Amino acid sequence: MTGAEGCFRERAGTALKDTQLRANFRRAMDGLMDKRAEQFSDVNEWERLRGLGESIRRRALARLPDLLEQLERNCTANGISVHWAETVEQANETVLEILQRRGAKRVVKGKSMVSEEMHLNDYLGRHGITALEADLGEYIVQMAGETPSHLIMPAIHKNRGQIARLFKDNIENYDYTEDPVEMTAVARSQLRREFQDADAGLSGVNFAVAETGTLCLVENEGNGRMVTTVPPVHIAVTGIEKVVEKLEDVPPLLSLLTRSATGQPITTYFNMITSPRKEGERDGPEEVHLILLDNGRSRIHADAETRRTLQCIRCGACMNHCPVYTRVGGHAYGGVYPGPIGKILTPQIEGMRVFGDLPEASSLCNACVEVCPVRIPIAQVLVRLRDEAAGHCPRPTVKESGARKSVMEDLVWTGWKWMHRSPAAYRMMTGLLAKAGNLAPSGAPLLRQWTSARTKPRFAGKTLHQMVREKGLADE
Amino acid sequence: MTDRDYPEKPGAVYFFGTCLVDLFYPRAGMAGMELLQRQGIKMIFPQGQSCCGQPAFNNGHRDEARAVAAAQIKLFPKDIPVVLPSGSCAGMMRRHYPYLFEGYPEEATAKALAERVFELTEFLVHVAGVALEDRGDPIRVTWHGSCHSQREMGIRDEPKTLLRQLAKVELVELQREKECCGFGGTFSVKQPDVSAAMVTDKAADIEQSGAEKIVSGDCGCLMNITGALGKKGSAVLGRHIAEFLLERTDDGR
Amino acid sequence: MSNARDAILAKLRAGDAAGEGPVSDFSVIYGKSWSREEKIARLESLMVAVNTEFHRTTEADWPALVARLLEKRAIPSLLIGTDNQLIERLQDEEGSPDLTIYDGRYEDRKAEVFEALAALTTTRGAIAETGSLILWPNEAEPRLLSLVPPLHIALLDADRIYDTLWWTLTEENWQDGMPTNVVLISGPSKTADIEQELTFGVHGPKELIVLVIDG
Repeated sequence: MTGAEGCFRERAGTALKDTQLRANFRRAMDGLMDKRAEQFSDVNEWERLRGLGESIRRRALARLPDLLEQLERNCTANGISVHWAETVEQANETVLEILQRRGAKRVVKGKSMVSEEMHLNDYLGRHGITALEADLGEYIVQMAGETPSHLIMPAIHKNRGQIARLFKDNIENYDYTEDPVEMTAVARSQLRREFQDADAGLSGVNFAVAETGTLCLVENEGNGRMVTTVPPVHIAVTGIEKVVEKLEDVPPLLSLLTRSATGQPITTYFNMITSPRKEGERDGPEEVHLILLDNGRSRIHADAETRRTLQCIRCGACMNHCPVYTRVGGHAYGGVYPGPIGKILTPQIEGMRVFGDLPEASSLCNACVEVCPVRIPIAQVLVRLRDEAAGHCPRPTVKESGARKSVMEDLVWTGWKWMHRSPAAYRMMTGLLAKAGNLAPSGAPLLRQWTSARTKPRFAGKTLHQMVREKGLADE
Repeated sequence: MTDRDYPEKPGAVYFFGTCLVDLFYPRAGMAGMELLQRQGIKMIFPQGQSCCGQPAFNNGHRDEARAVAAAQIKLFPKDIPVVLPSGSCAGMMRRHYPYLFEGYPEEATAKALAERVFELTEFLVHVAGVALEDRGDPIRVTWHGSCHSQREMGIRDEPKTLLRQLAKVELVELQREKECCGFGGTFSVKQPDVSAAMVTDKAADIEQSGAEKIVSGDCGCLMNITGALGKKGSAVLGRHIAEFLLERTDDGR
Repeated sequence: MSNARDAILAKLRAGDAAGEGPVSDFSVIYGKSWSREEKIARLESLMVAVNTEFHRTTEADWPALVARLLEKRAIPSLLIGTDNQLIERLQDEEGSPDLTIYDGRYEDRKAEVFEALAALTTTRGAIAETGSLILWPNEAEPRLLSLVPPLHIALLDADRIYDTLWWTLTEENWQDGMPTNVVLISGPSKTADIEQELTFGVHGPKELIVLVIDG
């Protein structure tokens, strides 16, 4: 599945015309950037803490297979059933199996991007099981039949009027209001019933601690705690890369995550789950399941450079600071993960054939690199993926590497190489351009894209090389 | 603030003009060299130079980039600084040459070269120690630093330090000074709609600042921004910082 | 599925060698430490900033304070766990609310839990750095007490306010025995999902009242 119609360029073009969307995003991103900046005003602390965060993630990835085994051992000893899934199909089948064994018909969900990757809700729907989103943003987006447009704030592209209309269309006896406080209260009472009636709760995982077999979840609303405590079954889905080695690794990552994502010192709730309900305990699920999903991550892991992609703790800071994302919003990226992390993750998971253009949706400004709390070299991975897309990797590892190979582009760059490697050829080319370059019409290919928003660049009558020669400066 | 060690002022430096300066802003290159020469530094301009290789590198054609980069490296054998009037190209040489040549015969030479690559404004401030005397009329300008000069070379204060040396120049800041102008090399033609949206916003920011000139250290940005300003019929002019500094300290144009 | 398990692990082991990975330097975390008074003040400041109601009280006075807080809100009953000492202190208090004891399995107590207007719990401690309460729910104080009722009153011992989460869990060796559930609570439930405007009481409590018992 792609959900991607057309290419990034087309989707971005559509988004750019939506002035309301652009205004929504601009305002939202400005707010998030300011809040984050306040949290990290101490530059020394920021650099040291993100260095620590990077080392924790890289250490976990370095030892990933061993840590996954340790996680499985500890979870199992604690009573959490661990399941492995290479593909989303396997993951969905596992979820279905667990639910069908209990005759479950209604599942209530906490926020999980991995479950989006699985297209779980549709899959369950096809098997007669309802999956209802309980995170307010996801709840809204589900009503609209859309996918989330931001990692942390799924309904960021909607304003209150749009949300009120969705409530009106989807909630019986909705007393029309556009007031966020009142809308929140309505959602609360609707979802309360769902928590009580649900046969199972499904959540993601922010950090899975190998040392203790503990699943950690961050949230502000309380729906995460609800879905992991009230229904008799809790199913947690996660990508295999979310493992951390030790419990002491969690606090630095937690601090980096909440401060980077929403500028909060911590989220309202930090939930650490180590087992199902024990003998004598009064509440909590009877069964807890953990599904470890690969879906291409092991392939990403295999190459030391692409492996850096997996350091991500899903804070969303990269997209908050991205000048492209701010202008086009999350849906333009066409996949589950938007923004800079989406540009490097989606093509590697889904393949270059459909998503090989995403790495090009970047001016390589490095704003994301500057704010990544675990120091993923996003720009470096983008350039690597451009190589893979063009079929120019000496050791290609990415899914459908070379799918975007263009004979035309290959010729252009080969020509460019010859023109720039030989001083004589370069001199000839630049001499020609200096004299005649300005004659090229504005409508010429490539120039046309430029002149849609700018005047034509003017070649100077003399090149710098010529001026230097005339001045008689030393050559060596 | 960059966090590198700077050498003592040398007797001579290499100057790498960059291909955009060569073709579109040669006077900026001449101005950069003049500013350095006025500090008593001899200029060496190897005529065999062409391009740092960044365009190919950023477009998934690493081998072609490496071939051209290898040719450039050979031109700067002496252990003296290489100064560039572009943060973007300086960043390519300083940050990406070591990466590009990892495991290749040129690896050691490339890494050594990377250590002595400097962007013009950082060199003027931290090595050449310029003290500029403003001979011009009062003017209001604003500054745009390229993404790579900021984030790959760590240059944020140096250009403004230089502009603030000029007594009659009023420096106003853009509202979104650090935001990318949307050039990104081939990004401007591969993703023209997004790029156009970015440069249009940047041009609007410049116009609201009340500046008469937009000064930048990178010609890619300059071409992009002045192109957008021109398209909307703006009166704001663009200048490479080298040209601007020379104008102000020369005969007050 | 052992097939998937073996396949995934095999792929992970076949890739580029990774060694042991980098060593982590935690020193940036050590430095954060405050005096006892500073910790209480910091906790209050952070909690009040996110709409928590914060009171300092004493061992002798807290039951009366609870009674007053509930009376002010016209809340006649309080959901509570099975800690007898706690129950007695509250029952001894004049004007105290009716107590509903969460003393059976959730399945048998669903109505009481979801209809309760307020609940009271103790806490294991708090964290000054982030303004967070530490709860280790157990048989005596089940998980839903601090989650379902719209008002949560939390008792906190002033001597159990720690500097940072990292210090707390390493000092107390949490890794040697994690309970079923640990939850850090840093305020009432909230969201900014509608136009980034902050609203409270989405799914968790709409109100959190922290009583710091000092002396």
